[in-house]
Amino acid sequence: MLKTGKTLGMVFFPAYDWAISPSHPEREERLLYTQDQVMEEGVFDIEGIHIYNPSVASRDDITRVHFCVPDVEARVPDPHLISAGGAITAGEKLLSGEVEKAFAIVRPPGHHAQRVVYGDRGFCIINIEAVMIEHLRQKFGRKKIAVVDTDCHHGDGTQDIYWNDPDTLYISIHQDGRTLYPGSGFIDELGGPSAYGYTINIPLPPQTGEEGFLYVLDNLVLPILDEYEPDLVINSAGQDNHYTDPITNMKFTAQGYAELNRRLSPDIAVLEGGYSIEGALPYVNLGIILAMAGMDYSHVQEPDYDEFQLRQDPAIGDYIEKLCPALWERWNSRDTRSEGVRKKKEMITESRRVYYDTDGITEQQTRSYYLCEICAGIDVIESRSDRGDHIYAVTVPRGACPSCREKGAFLFESSKKQRFTNRYLQDRDQDEFFTS
Amino acid sequence: MRSIGERIVIAGLDVGGTKVDAALFDHGRLISKAKVPTDTSSLFDSVWSALEQLLGGVEPTRVERINLSTTLSTNAIVEGTTDPVCMFIESGPGIDPALFSCGDAVVYLEGSIDHRGREIQSFDPEAVKQGGKTFSAEGMEHAGVVTKFCTRNPEHERQIKTLLKPFFSHITMGHTVSGNLNFPRRIATAYLNSAVYKRFSTFAKALSDACSKKGMTPALHILKADGGTLPLHSAVNTPVFTIHSGPTASVAGACVLSSIEGDAILLDIGGTTTDIAFLADGDTLFEPYGISVGSSPTLVRAVYSQSIALGGDSAVSAENGEIRIGPRRVGSPRALGGPLPTPTDAFLSLGLMEMGDRTKALEAMKVLGQQLGLSSLETAQKIARQFVKTIRGRVHELLEEINARPVYTIRELLFGKKVRPRVLSVIGGPAKAVCPLLEEIFGLNCVVPEFHEIANAVGAALSRTTIEITLIADTAEGYVNVPEIDYTATVGEGYTLEEAERDAVEIASRVAREMETGEEMPEAEITEKSSFNMVRGFSRVGRRIRVKAQIKPGILFIPRGGHGC
Repeated sequence: MLKTGKTLGMVFFPAYDWAISPSHPEREERLLYTQDQVMEEGVFDIEGIHIYNPSVASRDDITRVHFCVPDVEARVPDPHLISAGGAITAGEKLLSGEVEKAFAIVRPPGHHAQRVVYGDRGFCIINIEAVMIEHLRQKFGRKKIAVVDTDCHHGDGTQDIYWNDPDTLYISIHQDGRTLYPGSGFIDELGGPSAYGYTINIPLPPQTGEEGFLYVLDNLVLPILDEYEPDLVINSAGQDNHYTDPITNMKFTAQGYAELNRRLSPDIAVLEGGYSIEGALPYVNLGIILAMAGMDYSHVQEPDYDEFQLRQDPAIGDYIEKLCPALWERWNSRDTRSEGVRKKKEMITESRRVYYDTDGITEQQTRSYYLCEICAGIDVIESRSDRGDHIYAVTVPRGACPSCREKGAFLFESSKKQRFTNRYLQDRDQDEFFTS
Repeated sequence: MRSIGERIVIAGLDVGGTKVDAALFDHGRLISKAKVPTDTSSLFDSVWSALEQLLGGVEPTRVERINLSTTLSTNAIVEGTTDPVCMFIESGPGIDPALFSCGDAVVYLEGSIDHRGREIQSFDPEAVKQGGKTFSAEGMEHAGVVTKFCTRNPEHERQIKTLLKPFFSHITMGHTVSGNLNFPRRIATAYLNSAVYKRFSTFAKALSDACSKKGMTPALHILKADGGTLPLHSAVNTPVFTIHSGPTASVAGACVLSSIEGDAILLDIGGTTTDIAFLADGDTLFEPYGISVGSSPTLVRAVYSQSIALGGDSAVSAENGEIRIGPRRVGSPRALGGPLPTPTDAFLSLGLMEMGDRTKALEAMKVLGQQLGLSSLETAQKIARQFVKTIRGRVHELLEEINARPVYTIRELLFGKKVRPRVLSVIGGPAKAVCPLLEEIFGLNCVVPEFHEIANAVGAALSRTTIEITLIADTAEGYVNVPEIDYTATVGEGYTLEEAERDAVEIASRVAREMETGEEMPEAEITEKSSFNMVRGFSRVGRRIRVKAQIKPGILFIPRGGHGC
């Protein structure tokens, strides 16, 4: 009987009775062919592969990460709670030592879900990786975690959530935002004042192939991880860089995804996007499973794979070779750059507009960071939606110093004098959540 | 209305590793039972002598049906007396088939079929013929042909089989052994089927010849691992389905005899082991994919049954002030002159059963008790309780596993069926002895069915045909397949789930009627169904429909009380 090199815990939950709408990419059929392939390959029989049903993420799991407006119950339907629950189950099996690697093949995805949630963005309502990460930190202790997002779209939600968190390194490899939704993820988006340099965006030109992805991995991502020394590496395993994906323009392959996973060797992988449900997902998922389990994947190949067609334009290789040193320089100089950003300031304020494409909502958001020399400092979000919401949300960071905790509570209380539709206080240090 | 089964003479035989149990029913009434030792060198002789003993004064020609559960195929595999098989395997992309394929010779073919059943690459007919020529020249008579995704498109398997016919006397095609997806299991199943083909068909011929010689013309049926029967002439082509029918006969028997409606635990407490099975809503629970034979998982549909090394004859010892039961059986209980104390000695000491020499049992308890600082009866009590608690521990583990079986819909995840047994049914030697303790320790009602000591033979006698078919339709590709019966047809774009369900029920019911001539069979029922709209761009291009229909394990009739069995 077949055996894995490393034990792999898998949550496989295709949610066959749920779709955003009948012809939406997030529909019942999405993981059907993946399941056919995985079942026919006999993956669930392999000794060392363990299959788990997902749990359902709790309200506390969600409020630890998000400000759902008005609340979790109103904003987050069961399929999203189960998808996040699947990621949580995968992570728990890993950290409890039951398995050496974990992979959650779940839907819907989550990496476009930001801290404030008015609705669905890019098929995501809650950020399933972040919900998992914060659940794991709560249960297993504060950890240094790196998220490597290999979805073709910039993971603007994960970036937003960990923007100011030095405990979480966020690296996103994606198709250049000038050519694809959500239009962000440029090289100078580097993080908030307490985590400047800990957000790394690697925008790649359309038509990047195996060569380019693996070059970026070897020459930039792996060296950065070596320096950061995370306790856990998480792969947001979107599969839409595939050459057959209908809504993106890359040339990545099943072999490439498997190879990337072998080299990156993430502890946990979580499926994100990927909508070439017949031509890519069955083969990419199989490749990732085998690579994570330390098994041979050399025979995994798409039926229409054509080496010649999938060769990368040399100009793209040249571009990437210049891009990597530029990003390395930003990583290397993160401390001095951070000093420059923080210099003599007590507070830094950022403003932006957020569009919820799936639900057609526009949000205007202002975020203020209160700088602290001891801890990551509190931050405050003030946000309005075009549906009439006007919220005020205070976050006290993990490991907050006493004066910041006090300040957080004070700001939350003081806000009651102003007219907001909802007020929130998220205390990540004490794992408490208040609303009024 | 009485079924035909109730009006005739039926013999049920369960051929076990050590003995053949047999039961004879006449007009629904148990009229005779028999036990003879199994002669593993000639199973046929054992079967025949059990039958002769069973019939006693009954005129052999009156026997109209014989249901037989036999370990023939299982033994052949365990003993390695199977025939060499040449496997033809077409894999396509995926896990390297060389890592799991089996067979005495393997020919790997280059073609491939994808998950939708589309031909991606054709195979090379010359390579097939060359393989057939080479290995038949080496003396191989049996072959197996398995292609990946053959349940979606069996055409390659059919073509390869046609090419191989001149070279082999029997060829198993992968899609005919199961409609479920699982390439490695399908390879193992097809291999085993071909490997035991000759042994089984020789046995089948000996049995029908012996019947003819006696002027008997019974319908001959063989038990399958799923708790049903298969006519002997069909079983000859798919002997792999008869593997592990022995434990199943007991489960079937316990099931029949206790007629339980809800969720239940079935225990068969033997000398060396205890078998554990479950009922969910009154129906036997199946293995999720199929039974494992040795270390090979297969697609042979089977009643879920787990064994623990704990039985009435397990050796009991005292270690560091603790009782240890099993896992080995060293000999009979002390009461029967055996070397070591056993749980049976404990039950005897407590007056829970009668057998052999109780004073010897008490003596054994006394000696053990001295090591533990307990009286004989306290020791016996401790052993009995530990015996039952060990079973309970395992039962709970299994239930946890069963209730954690993967589900794929939100509805099932949130509201799916969980198996929560309300009753225990126990058969086997110490059944009556442990019944009160089982009730106390499990906190459940416990029943010991009538005839429980020959439940396996009764189970065998009363079993009838079961069938499971899988109907797979892809309206975009325009096909409908029922792999188990090697059926393929074209369907139009408008083919619906409702039509598929109707077709599946019709096909399953018809096949069952053909196998069970003369018996009234229930209509088949749908056990699984799904229909996915296949959307490309923004429009629906077709439906992927999958339906499973079955005739579940059931009985020919409900037995009436015997004559003091």
